[in-house]
Amino acid sequence: MKRPLKVLIAKPGLDGHDRGAKVIANALRDAGMEVVYTGLHQTPEMIIEAAVQEDVDLVSVSVLSGAHMTLIPKIRALMNTSGLADVKLIAGGIIPDADAAELKQLPGVAGIFGPGTSTKDVVAFIEGLFPGR
Amino acid sequence: MSTLQELLARFASGDVQSASRLMSVVERGGEDAERVLDAVYPRTGRAHRIAITGPGGAGKSTLINELTRVFRGAGKTVGVVAEDPSSPFSGGAVLGDRLRMTNAGGDAGVFVRSLASRGSETGLSQLACELADVLDAFGRDIVLLESMGASQVETRIRFSADTVVVVLTPEAGDEVQSLKSGLLEVADVVCVNKADRGGAESLAGDLDAIMGLREKEGVWRVPVLMTSARDTGSVDTLMKVLADHGRYLDTDGRRAARRQRALRARITARVHESIQSAIWQSPMLSQRFDAMFDRVTAGSLPPWRAARELAESLHIESRSSR
Repeated sequence: MKRPLKVLIAKPGLDGHDRGAKVIANALRDAGMEVVYTGLHQTPEMIIEAAVQEDVDLVSVSVLSGAHMTLIPKIRALMNTSGLADVKLIAGGIIPDADAAELKQLPGVAGIFGPGTSTKDVVAFIEGLFPGR
Repeated sequence: MSTLQELLARFASGDVQSASRLMSVVERGGEDAERVLDAVYPRTGRAHRIAITGPGGAGKSTLINELTRVFRGAGKTVGVVAEDPSSPFSGGAVLGDRLRMTNAGGDAGVFVRSLASRGSETGLSQLACELADVLDAFGRDIVLLESMGASQVETRIRFSADTVVVVLTPEAGDEVQSLKSGLLEVADVVCVNKADRGGAESLAGDLDAIMGLREKEGVWRVPVLMTSARDTGSVDTLMKVLADHGRYLDTDGRRAARRQRALRARITARVHESIQSAIWQSPMLSQRFDAMFDRVTAGSLPPWRAARELAESLHIESRSSR
């Protein structure tokens, strides 16, 4: 029996707005995925710990604070050293195109989604990461 | 990908990630899941399993977060399995229990696992109990099982734990609600949670009077506690009461007797599951079902006769009470 795709949605850092993360969580649920939502103000270490204990297929972080160039590489690096090297990372939020392009160069950062992205596109992108699931 | 043997070896040496991966193997089911459970089962039985149930929004996750803190303070390791409902439409789920469990961060003595119900209609699924087995075998002293928001009739939960805590709130309605059969009858401990809100004291008083009526010599008297995540003293009291219940179970072989009943229920549930899925996979049955259903909708066959004939065609004696 296959388990539905399990995705961790996390809000690292200090920003206090998670409506976007909740909208994405709902969209992924409606697409048949199991979404673990861990809430606001998570440190990268907390996110990695949750991803390990939940054994998720994908980690998705939302960053609106402008700290994405610090947080996302740090989370990716911690994943790599915590046995999650094969788990992909995606991110959404207020991330300028130039930064997005740079982040996408990091191995294991599969996608960056900015404002205005349709939830359908996010679902299709994630499904595309797991052919046959 | 590591082999099952490697995972089990690392699990035995206390590796958290292996425990997590093994839980996923159990979740996926099939032969590998049975192999894992075979390996894990002989190591189970040491943990005190505590189920926390009650209506959605009663504060179960928050209370578990606080309980985790006090258990850790008392030097106990903690495992949590938190179940949330899957959508019957998409099959997906939003698992939000972790949101409240902020005390677990950065502490290797706490392991929290979220689980979607995947069609199970009991407050705690078989799978939740199996994940609890893994945490028990992993050496956790306390395993907390958080059920989905429970209904009044959700009583099978008593088979999933040594101690059942029912969490209610002052908004839960007057004590007449609690006089109805169900949830309160399976409680070993009742918490009137969010006790800082109006009406908590009178609800607790009423519930306590009801529990008093059931009091019997030599039998556990169900305590009714007023709890609040804001009042750390109330959570300390809850932990003490849970320990008391543990000691009560450990006298006169009560824990063993309770676990035997649970095992019986567990086997029965598995057999039901297998029979049910086998039956509905039979193409013969679905053909007959469709044919019967046409007659039912045409008005030439009442539904209970259709059900009876279908059951009899499977050589299952149907109830003749009709």
